[in-house]
Amino acid sequence: MELKEKLLSSFWGLDSSVEVAEHINDLRGDAIKVFEQYGFPSKKQEAWKYTSLNKIVNRDYVLEPKGDIAVDFNQVKKYFLHDLDSYAIVFIDGVYSAHLSQTTHDGMDICLLSAALTKPRFRAIIENYFNKAANSESMVSLNTAFASEGAFVYIPKHKSVEKPIQIIHFSTGNDSALLLQPRNLIIADENAHVQIIERYQSLSSHPVFTNVVTEIFGEKRSQIDYYKVQNDFEDASLIDHTFINQETESNCSVHTFSFGGKLIRNNLNFSQNGEHVESTLKGITIIGEKQHVDHSTLVNHNSPNCESHQDYKGIFGDQSTGVFNGRIIVDKLAQKTNAFQANNNILISDKATINTKPQLEIFADDVKCSHGCTVGQLDEDALFYMRTRGIPKKEAQALLTYAFANNVLETVKIPELKQRINKLIANKLGVNIGFNL
Amino acid sequence: MSKYTEDDLREELKTKEYEYGFYTDIASDTIPVGLNEEVVRTISKKKGEPDWMTDWRLEAFKMWQGMTEPDWANVNYTKPDFQAISYYSAPNNKPKYNSLDEVDPELLATFEKLGISLDEQKKLSGVAMDVVVDSVSVATTFKKTLSEKGIIFCSISEAIQEHPELVKKYIGSVVPRTDNFYAALNSAVFSDGSFCYIPKGVRCPMELSTYFRINQAGTGQFERTLVIADQESYVSYLEGCTAPSRDENQLHAAVVELIALDDAEIKYSTVQNWFPGNAAGQGGVFNFVTKRGLCEKRAKISWTQVETGSAVTWKYPSCILKGDYSVGEFYSIAVTNNFQQADTGTKMIHLGKHTKSTIISKGISAGKSQNSYRGLVQISSRADHTRNFSQCDSLLMGNECGAHTFPYIEAKNNSAKIEHEATTSKIGEDQIFYCNQRGIATEKAIALIVNGFSKEVLNKLPMEFAVEAQKLLEISLEGSVG
Repeated sequence: MELKEKLLSSFWGLDSSVEVAEHINDLRGDAIKVFEQYGFPSKKQEAWKYTSLNKIVNRDYVLEPKGDIAVDFNQVKKYFLHDLDSYAIVFIDGVYSAHLSQTTHDGMDICLLSAALTKPRFRAIIENYFNKAANSESMVSLNTAFASEGAFVYIPKHKSVEKPIQIIHFSTGNDSALLLQPRNLIIADENAHVQIIERYQSLSSHPVFTNVVTEIFGEKRSQIDYYKVQNDFEDASLIDHTFINQETESNCSVHTFSFGGKLIRNNLNFSQNGEHVESTLKGITIIGEKQHVDHSTLVNHNSPNCESHQDYKGIFGDQSTGVFNGRIIVDKLAQKTNAFQANNNILISDKATINTKPQLEIFADDVKCSHGCTVGQLDEDALFYMRTRGIPKKEAQALLTYAFANNVLETVKIPELKQRINKLIANKLGVNIGFNL
Repeated sequence: MSKYTEDDLREELKTKEYEYGFYTDIASDTIPVGLNEEVVRTISKKKGEPDWMTDWRLEAFKMWQGMTEPDWANVNYTKPDFQAISYYSAPNNKPKYNSLDEVDPELLATFEKLGISLDEQKKLSGVAMDVVVDSVSVATTFKKTLSEKGIIFCSISEAIQEHPELVKKYIGSVVPRTDNFYAALNSAVFSDGSFCYIPKGVRCPMELSTYFRINQAGTGQFERTLVIADQESYVSYLEGCTAPSRDENQLHAAVVELIALDDAEIKYSTVQNWFPGNAAGQGGVFNFVTKRGLCEKRAKISWTQVETGSAVTWKYPSCILKGDYSVGEFYSIAVTNNFQQADTGTKMIHLGKHTKSTIISKGISAGKSQNSYRGLVQISSRADHTRNFSQCDSLLMGNECGAHTFPYIEAKNNSAKIEHEATTSKIGEDQIFYCNQRGIATEKAIALIVNGFSKEVLNKLPMEFAVEAQKLLEISLEGSVG
């Protein structure tokens, strides 16, 4: 049975024992119809021109994992930023793992979406926010139809969360191939501050396909820093949709670090709905083998006097493929917009491919918009200079690569995370540079 | 003098009517509307073509039938009804003329109104003109001078008769009939166009030029141009267009193929000023053109275009850099006003090693128009040490227009160096202020800035065209550019 049919029949047989509000059921019903109509995207669609899902979709996946699988903390310790005091929301095969998590309801809510969907005291929040930022693309609708579990974070007015929040979704690989569809909802109310680190990690080399939707709402003057760490096994595929709605004077940044996995597609959508909003989108991609990473960003400038900064760096080795598809849309109303987009790539193997398409669609005249993109190599002269000074070639290359990626790391506000990323980069480049950068 | 502001300019832009909107009453030989195999046969027969050409057209027609109209471009328009178009229209007063005196005086008057009278061209600029009114070549000048050098410059129908071996070898070799919907349509029904062959080692002594005009109401224009530059030769080719006002939309689907053999250089310049529709967005020409050049070893193709006309423009002059060390260039100014829409750009396909390409695109949008740059830079895995530089700048005038950039970059080689840059801005108040301060009136200041903005591309035009291009910018944008 094809995956699409399997999903459809699974939907109709879905366990309806969990009581949810009527309108959520309606949403799911509508969403599955959208998926039924459009199915999985194909390369014929402009947005998926460079990324084919064929190899992933033509597999038999287990849709409902058994659950209740105990995982020892020591086994997964390395995936946590364990030297950091933090809140944690951890899922194993899509099921909440209480003993690995540290949640709270003290003055704010850092808990589960399933709880938020069912408990009456969250009803107003769910009605206001759930599925309000997500669009109705086929893959997003598929997630909406099955959305029942994931992280839920609600930070009330004027609250500044003192510790970062880690959201980690593990898959154990106890089933031969697993399809997971987590759904996260993050809300920072007026003047609230929050930092979140998110990770999808499989614990075995069995294939796993994650189709995740995250909705983030930044109310007035809120500040959100969101970090995505993607360094999965070679048979793990991830389709990530992140939707961010920002209100007046809010500030939101999303950093995406893609170092591994079979296929990663990051759809990152920003919508600026108030004045003086600032959005930052940054990413470092370092991949090899036959990996494929696709960054698809969209910034909707709907209001005047807003800014957006995009900076994506990519380093591609072996037979890997990188895709960057950045879109900036400046609405007629969004005068005095300042939008910047940069995408710089280095190909270090002659079989690697990069496809990049930075787009500007501008309907307002008093704006400053620019984009730049480059494909090139490490500077031969710089390499030579370093080697004349006694730095071995490999280290010299690594240093230059660090320098190349550095301005993305500059804006990472959690020092422990920065260190971790530095280590990951060093690992990825196969060097050990004896000092902190 | 009253103050001339950007608002005034905008107002002027809105109200400026198409100055070249007149209609020449020449008796035309038009075949009935509609398109089927019989029509294709008739066109071929009327032109007295050999069988292989007729078959080639019929095959193209069959391919076309199996295709659907593309709609990926960033433009909106009512799709033309292909059965409501007459596919052939030729001025009646044939046969060909030996001197200008024999040419229909009304036709000459038309050219005079355009400021490009044959007389003037002939005497002053030394430009050989292959004049095309509607679809058939009416007068060819300077043929003698050219033929002394062995250069063939004639209409494509003549070339089919007299140089079938060249046409047979190269037609459809760069733009295959299956390339796209409009290329297939053109291949089936093309009525005429220009053919040019520069023999080995010859440097063409003058700028070759053609004028395309759409004249008869309801006639589609399907031009076919084929330029072949043999080894180590050089040619500069100019193409310019104007068309009279019409209420219904007219379709123009031309195909231009350039072939630059080893060490050859082709410079192809276009000034396009077809009727863009009136201020309410009615009428205007649909310009769906396929232009492509093939570069062999160390060859160079340079496209320069100034696009000011047409209601909908949809064209991508491209270079296939097949030979090692070949060079492709694209310089473009696209001006849109009122309800005009332009989706234009280029494709640079790097196949050979050490190939280079440069893209400079300037978009100016005013009124309610939409102006898009869409370009592809593709580096194949065997194309070592390639280099590309692209720059796309947009200038917005008024807050109802749009400027868009869609650059596609596909690199499969790790020694390639690719750069792309794009900016969008409006004319800065501080720039105008600075000019005012120095005693330059706002009107002049805007002219100065627009001209400066376009300079990089205007500089690339041959002298004869640069003047005309500035005139066109003037008409499209305001009274005093230049």
